[in-house]
Amino acid sequence: MKVSLEVNGAARAVDVDPWRRLLDVLREDLRLTGTKEGCGEGECGACTVLLDGAPVNACLVAAGQCHGRKVTTVEGLAGHADGGAVLHEVQAALLACGGAQCGICTPGIAVCASWIVDAEPIGADAGARARVRELLAGNICRCTGYQLIVDAVVEAAQARRAGEGEP
Amino acid sequence: MTATGYVRPASIAEAVAARAAHPDWIVLCGATDLMVEAPLRPAPVGVVDVWALAELCGIAEVDGGAVRIGAATPWRDVVTSPLIAARAPILAAAAREIGALQIQARGTIGGNVGTSSPVGDSLPVLLALDATVELASPRGTRRVPYRDYPTGYRTTALAADELIVAITIPAAHPGARQLWRKVGTRRAQSISKIMAAALLRVEAGRFVEARIGLGAVANRPIRAAGAEAAIVGAPVGEATADAAAAALAAELTPITDVRSTAPYRLATVQQVVRRFVLEASSPSSPD
Ligand SMILES: Cc1cc2nc3c(=O)[nH]c(=O)nc-3n(C[C@H](O)[C@H](O)[C@H](O)COP(=O)(O)OP(=O)(O)OC[C@H]3O[C@@H](n4cnc5c(N)ncnc54)[C@H](O)[C@@H]3O)c2cc1C
Ligand code: FES
Ligand code: FES
Repeated sequence: MKVSLEVNGAARAVDVDPWRRLLDVLREDLRLTGTKEGCGEGECGACTVLLDGAPVNACLVAAGQCHGRKVTTVEGLAGHADGGAVLHEVQAALLACGGAQCGICTPGIAVCASWIVDAEPIGADAGARARVRELLAGNICRCTGYQLIVDAVVEAAQARRAGEGEP
Repeated sequence: MTATGYVRPASIAEAVAARAAHPDWIVLCGATDLMVEAPLRPAPVGVVDVWALAELCGIAEVDGGAVRIGAATPWRDVVTSPLIAARAPILAAAAREIGALQIQARGTIGGNVGTSSPVGDSLPVLLALDATVELASPRGTRRVPYRDYPTGYRTTALAADELIVAITIPAAHPGARQLWRKVGTRRAQSISKIMAAALLRVEAGRFVEARIGLGAVANRPIRAAGAEAAIVGAPVGEATADAAAAALAAELTPITDVRSTAPYRLATVQQVVRRFVLEASSPSSPD
């Protein structure tokens, strides 16, 4: 089946079995290896991408289902300005807070966190951390103990609000 | 190897026609059940993809306060729906505990009903709320009380050419209490050891309505008919809670498996139902 989709803003087309996993289309056919495979069964979140803006596990999406749809991977998070890449708030915050160690979970965390920062009101209140933990419960990290990841998402949400407050 | 067939119908009518034209193809929605086993199994002959099919999506109020949920509505929409929060709060509570964000963004109510696992979290809720399943086929549309839908271990009343269209939850009496409890190994993303949902209503100190749906204590989601009979007509308080727990011991024969043991399951379900009865016995808190 010829599957035409938009990946990180660019039109792409692949000729694949519609039952092939989106994860394999991204990593093998499109050579976008930022998206990782941890468990291959929806448990770990290492393969998280945005499908039409919603956070999903790419290991549980059939290629045929992506025809005509938009996919954003970790490679598509950073923006461009003045000829250089500008990290997404969550990428900058993960770096600043030390929210990554071995890095296998990091692309999925970054994509999921980008959705959280875009879609969920994460304040600076005491409930914010609990909220972030609930929303990131589908992203398993065996290294960091999550503390610094949660710090990073809360900080990214703050950076976003500050950015929006300024003209 | 021949390629998997694929069709994405644009309407319920097209989906029904596609199913009739390809009897050996499967219906695919959010894929969170079907793709998990994909690497271990031969690929399906073909799929009828109903993910995001507009006529199957959405939550709306229908005739006199009932709530109709399209089969392809993802859990995330159930979690955030003000209508579900007001009318079927225990469905929102169950949805919020299904997997985590990524599973809730893709998994659908129709898929949970379609898989009909004894650990499908929404299924005891559909029993407690007396839901109806709407099915479409070339023969037309029929409505099946959800109580009659699961017929055995992952077998259902769905005919080979039928499509699940929607789940309808009738308006509950305003005085009814809805209760839900899932017991698993961790707070998020865990398959249940047991789950229980109940709708209980008290008038003048006696229970006048009781529906209890249980999961993971039988080969399919079940109503606790014995416990319900022990509750209806009985006065509020400890004695009725104990009677319900005793009735559960008589009617349930849970199994031991990788997730839990039979004695643990029985004791936990008894304790949860006892608490439901006690909670409904106390005057409702203004929440
Ligand atoms: C990591 C992980 C965690 C999970 N946690 C939970 C949990 O906590 N609780 C829980 O209950 N479930 C859980 N699940 C299971 C799954 O997410 C749910 O059962 C979900 O509701 C399935 O919906 P779907 O749309 O993805 O189904 P699909 O996989 O697309 O389909 C499932 C079945 O339903 C059939 N079907 C789907 N739609 C229709 C239709 N309209 N008409 C006819 N047949 C149809 C399909 O043919 C298939 O047999 C989890 C899954 C994963 C991978
Ligand atoms: S690889 Fe997809 S969730 Fe683990
Ligand atoms: S940094 Fe190693 S798994 Fe998260």
